[in-house]
Amino acid sequence: MLKLVFLGRLEDLAGVGEMLVPLDGGQTLSGVLAGLPGDLAAALQGPKVKLAQNGALLPPGAEPVLADGDELAFLPPVSGG
Amino acid sequence: MRNVRLLTAPFDPNAEIDPFARAHPEAGAIASFVGKVRPGGGVEALELSHYPPLTLPGMETLADEAMRRWPLMGVLLLHRTGLLYPGEPIVMVAAVSSHRRAAFEATDFVMDHLKSDSWFWKREQVGGQWRWIEPRGEDHADLKRWQA
Repeated sequence: MLKLVFLGRLEDLAGVGEMLVPLDGGQTLSGVLAGLPGDLAAALQGPKVKLAQNGALLPPGAEPVLADGDELAFLPPVSGG
Repeated sequence: MRNVRLLTAPFDPNAEIDPFARAHPEAGAIASFVGKVRPGGGVEALELSHYPPLTLPGMETLADEAMRRWPLMGVLLLHRTGLLYPGEPIVMVAAVSSHRRAAFEATDFVMDHLKSDSWFWKREQVGGQWRWIEPRGEDHADLKRWQA
């Protein structure tokens, strides 16, 4: 299983802050996104959405290799303190 | 002394600045800033969310960066998360140095980075409806001041 974490407005869109998904679409991000509702998958791939794998920020455009137990966070633009 | 904390409950800035100042008897200057939930404008509440693996480590890195750029003896950086109401403090920054300029500038630097380069998401409640607050252009312009 993979834990997805949705921050900011993405949490509203997903309806939950966290979601466990099976890794049966392969160990790729596109495989995981394919299993999600289309509007959510599209928002998660927005150009300003950053990704963090197991708490570490990924470079833009990275194609992470996902492993069982990983946490993948989707971080929309921040709106400050 | 570097004091960086993420707070889930209301805090009293006066109760924070006193021990921080006392911890630096060698200080020649202490600058502090407190940002509050702005009263008025119809905002009933504010909710700040964060991502634990990134948010506090990012605040610590920011405090370290301020201490690297200016000759500071200490930095205090406190930030709320969770539900806040008008008039409540959201953020507090203080810097200690020998002379005023470093303390003023470091405090300003930390605030500008907190506003647009820290892992917080903010939404506000107006008329019973919640809406997410988008990043503001002027916050990014403020950040550019430090990128000379």
